[in-house]
Amino acid sequence: MSDLLIELFSEEIPARMQRRAADDLKRLVTDGLVEGGLTYAGAIAHCTPRRLTLSIHGLTDESPTTTEDRKGPKVGAPEKALDGFLRSTGLTQDQLVVADDKKGQVYMARITKPGRAAPAIVAEVLEAAVRGFPWPKSMRWGTGSLKWVRPLRSILCILVREDGAEIVPLDIDDIVSGVTTEGHRFMAPGRFAVKSFDDYEAKLKRAKVVLSSEERADAIWQDATNQAFAAGLEAVEDKGLLAEVAGLVEWPVVLMGEIGADYLDLPPEVLQTSMKEHQKFFSVRNKSGKIVCFITVANRETADHGATILAGNNKVLSARLADAKFFWENDLRIAKSGGDDWAAPWLDALGNVTFHAKLGSQAKRIDRIAALAREIAPAVDADPDLAERAARLAKADLSSEMVYEFPELQGLMGRYYAEAAGEVPQVAAAAQEHYSPLGPSDDVPTAPVSVAVALADKLDTLAGFWAIDEKPTGSKDPYALRRAALGVIRLVLQSELSLPLGRIINSALLSSEENARKRSRIALQSVLAAADGLPDPKSDPLDILEPVDEKDRIEPRLSEEENLRRENLLAFLHDRLKVHLRDEGIRHDVIDACLTGDRTDDLTDLVARARALNAFLTTDNGENLTQGYRRAKNILTQAEEQDGVEYSYGAERKLAETDEERALFDAIEAARPKIDAALTSEDYPVAMTALADLRAPVDAFFEAVQVNADTPILRRNRLNMLSEIVRTCTKIADLSRISA
Amino acid sequence: MTVHDAPRSFQEIILRLQTYWAIKGCAMLQPYDMEVGAGTFHPATTLRALGPRPWAAAYVQPSRRPTDGRYGENPNRLQHYYQYQVLIKPSPPDLQELYLGSLQAIGIDAGLHDIRFVEDDWESPTLGAWGLGWEVWCDGMEVSQFTYFQQVGGHDCHPVSGELTYGLERLAMYVLGIDHVMDMPFNDPSAAIALTYGDIFKQTEEEYARWNFDTADTAVLLRHFEEAEAHCAEILSQPADDPKTGKRIIMVHPAYDQCIKASHIFNLLDARGVISVTERQAYIGRVRALAKACADAFLLTRAGGWTEDAA
Repeated sequence: MSDLLIELFSEEIPARMQRRAADDLKRLVTDGLVEGGLTYAGAIAHCTPRRLTLSIHGLTDESPTTTEDRKGPKVGAPEKALDGFLRSTGLTQDQLVVADDKKGQVYMARITKPGRAAPAIVAEVLEAAVRGFPWPKSMRWGTGSLKWVRPLRSILCILVREDGAEIVPLDIDDIVSGVTTEGHRFMAPGRFAVKSFDDYEAKLKRAKVVLSSEERADAIWQDATNQAFAAGLEAVEDKGLLAEVAGLVEWPVVLMGEIGADYLDLPPEVLQTSMKEHQKFFSVRNKSGKIVCFITVANRETADHGATILAGNNKVLSARLADAKFFWENDLRIAKSGGDDWAAPWLDALGNVTFHAKLGSQAKRIDRIAALAREIAPAVDADPDLAERAARLAKADLSSEMVYEFPELQGLMGRYYAEAAGEVPQVAAAAQEHYSPLGPSDDVPTAPVSVAVALADKLDTLAGFWAIDEKPTGSKDPYALRRAALGVIRLVLQSELSLPLGRIINSALLSSEENARKRSRIALQSVLAAADGLPDPKSDPLDILEPVDEKDRIEPRLSEEENLRRENLLAFLHDRLKVHLRDEGIRHDVIDACLTGDRTDDLTDLVARARALNAFLTTDNGENLTQGYRRAKNILTQAEEQDGVEYSYGAERKLAETDEERALFDAIEAARPKIDAALTSEDYPVAMTALADLRAPVDAFFEAVQVNADTPILRRNRLNMLSEIVRTCTKIADLSRISA
Repeated sequence: MTVHDAPRSFQEIILRLQTYWAIKGCAMLQPYDMEVGAGTFHPATTLRALGPRPWAAAYVQPSRRPTDGRYGENPNRLQHYYQYQVLIKPSPPDLQELYLGSLQAIGIDAGLHDIRFVEDDWESPTLGAWGLGWEVWCDGMEVSQFTYFQQVGGHDCHPVSGELTYGLERLAMYVLGIDHVMDMPFNDPSAAIALTYGDIFKQTEEEYARWNFDTADTAVLLRHFEEAEAHCAEILSQPADDPKTGKRIIMVHPAYDQCIKASHIFNLLDARGVISVTERQAYIGRVRALAKACADAFLLTRAGGWTEDAA
């Protein structure tokens, strides 16, 4: 048994790649060793900005010797066959034995593969790992052809036994393995030899390198919170930033500084984003939540306890914030320019910004969203004028200097600027909130104006991409359409909106850039065809078309193709709804069963039905009634196919022969008005209760009565009865879609 | 190790860098006499990074970024500034140490400062070039870019060049402890006629900012762009053998001048805000096509490794 220590020492590895690289090294080496016939007790990988380290303990000293008996040609087979066999086994004829086989005597070869010593296997595996390392991006340097993330400088590779350490000899493009490594670049320059992993880790620490990235991150956060606390402040947690910063230093030293008074009035998000993105600083806020300080993490201790470093960082931050302030003040100048069309310079600029080659400019997109928001407004209890205004302004900040510099602040800046311009709070809020929900953990807006704009934005995007057949396929969803669809679903469900999505999608499809152009082109071509002179065939007919006033257009209708698109998009929304409700424990077949009738585009209604049905199906009544329904439908379908008629004339009580028939007849008569009333008032649990009343009579009916009676009148009446059962149930859900 | 006194002026920092890299064996070149966006555009970098022949050069390059103009008001943003550029091919194994030595030479004591190599993948879409390396941070300030060139003009670099680019104003302000670039001593502050950076450049920053943002004639610029583009192609379309001298003379550098010109005009048009997002890509693609054509042609010259025997 021995322990293996590997360190790949290089120039600075990007922070974001370190963890993954350490894991890859561990995987590649341990998999390779196992494949080479070695076993090990445990492995752990570490990374710092300049090294990937792998420590494996309890590694076997050699791979086992293996033997294999291989059957060869028959005795007396042609010489060629025997020669081939000898070649493939590497043996001579006198080393073969003759054995009895079913078909006679055959030659047998016993091939022994001797075990290999660990160093040879380690060297081979490590070289393969280095040469084939899966860096996201790698490079060459100098005159060599080896690729690594940055120049690879040295390889430490030792096998440690009780009697000492042994170098695993390795030469990869002139990098020769050894027993030495380096400490901190500045605080402890120079190489030193190590004897084991423990020795390595301890000596590194003495040389001002903390090997474990978790240890570095913990130390940073501990010190950051302590320093903030001591000043009566609080460090703003940011796990992503912490991990990144821990990957930028080998010897973390936490320093806290103050933000210049000139910049404290910038929006806190601007301060935080600027400090994080540019400088990798943590934000520190005071008791009232205002960001007043920053924390930076240096890579070394200094004689002046970081004073020079802190002063330098402070200066850089001031320059950065001066820039942010420049953007902020320029943007505010536009926001405060006064008048209703204060955003005109920004909106005009969006006329030159393409949203998507086939979907027109951002400005056109805004026009569509504004119209759609106005249409949606009544259904979400929003003032249509406000909804339209909010939609017009919601994306104006895309032209602002601040959003150009920090795209992640889109929406938020829009809100600040709309507020500064004196827009009403609902309109300002919509600028920020209409992007939501962005992910599963993002909150869903509930303010009516925000909801109207958020829905209009997402539905315009969906309809637009559907109109140009850019739907998500498999893992490809470059325009995040699944997220948009889920957004629509969550917006509708959160506010329990009764929103006819089909109609709104119709409007969105009609106004989509693609369709608008297509229709205009068709209209123009028919005009041109009727005219005498033929136009220049090279010119796009649309180019000479003046914009037509909407009112002058004939009421547009969806073409057959567009109708199919709408249905397809609704089906996509239903699919996403199934995924969304899965977490709630509602099976997809339950939703399928509820996709009956003409209101399936009302998701709130659909979900209410699905929930009620789901609850019903878990009861005894529900389960049995579903079986009864299925039985009724099977018998009915068979009979209808066989007889070539539809049994839908209604059963007659006077033709009933048995008590069970009469009881079922009465039960259906009694349940129907109850179900109708409940459906009208959208009280699905009550409808389900009414349905549950049918279970006993249905069961009793099937128990006592033979449907296919000899008397034709009796049989017909009973089949009509089955039809009543099926139709009554189907009012609520198509139970045949429920999987058995 | 020599102990250095702190430098006292902007020019002293330049002079110290010159001396340092001269001692380390670089050829001290002069700035290229055209408007460029960065030192990388100098043919001593772009073209010389191509081909197999070793190279070591250092130079100051005045650089222009019209969109960065702030009328001389921002403490460290300028539309005209200086870069110090070092290119060594093949990249030596101790390039990081050499670089750190140059910081020491200009008075940055690594014992007091926090110097870091932070990931920065360099890519110049207009040059069809990319490389991996870092931005070097000194106390949180980016003071240099450090790049191992992988591709230039669409060609793999073999061997790989190491490129160092120092943003001289920022670096000097830091070393000299100056808060606003315009306050920085340009020559020695105790000289009889002491000049600050602002004495020399404040007015020009204002002039150029106004011109770049609001006044540059976009119609003329658009025309010049087209002309430079056409001219570049025209130069490269000439036969390799000069009919007058009978020598093989591929006019790569004159053609590359046109590429530089087109690139700078594009930057001006960008600052004037007349290039939409969609067009932007198209313009960049057009400049890249020129850079690529020049790179292709350079590889057919002696400096690019072409030999009579191989041909």
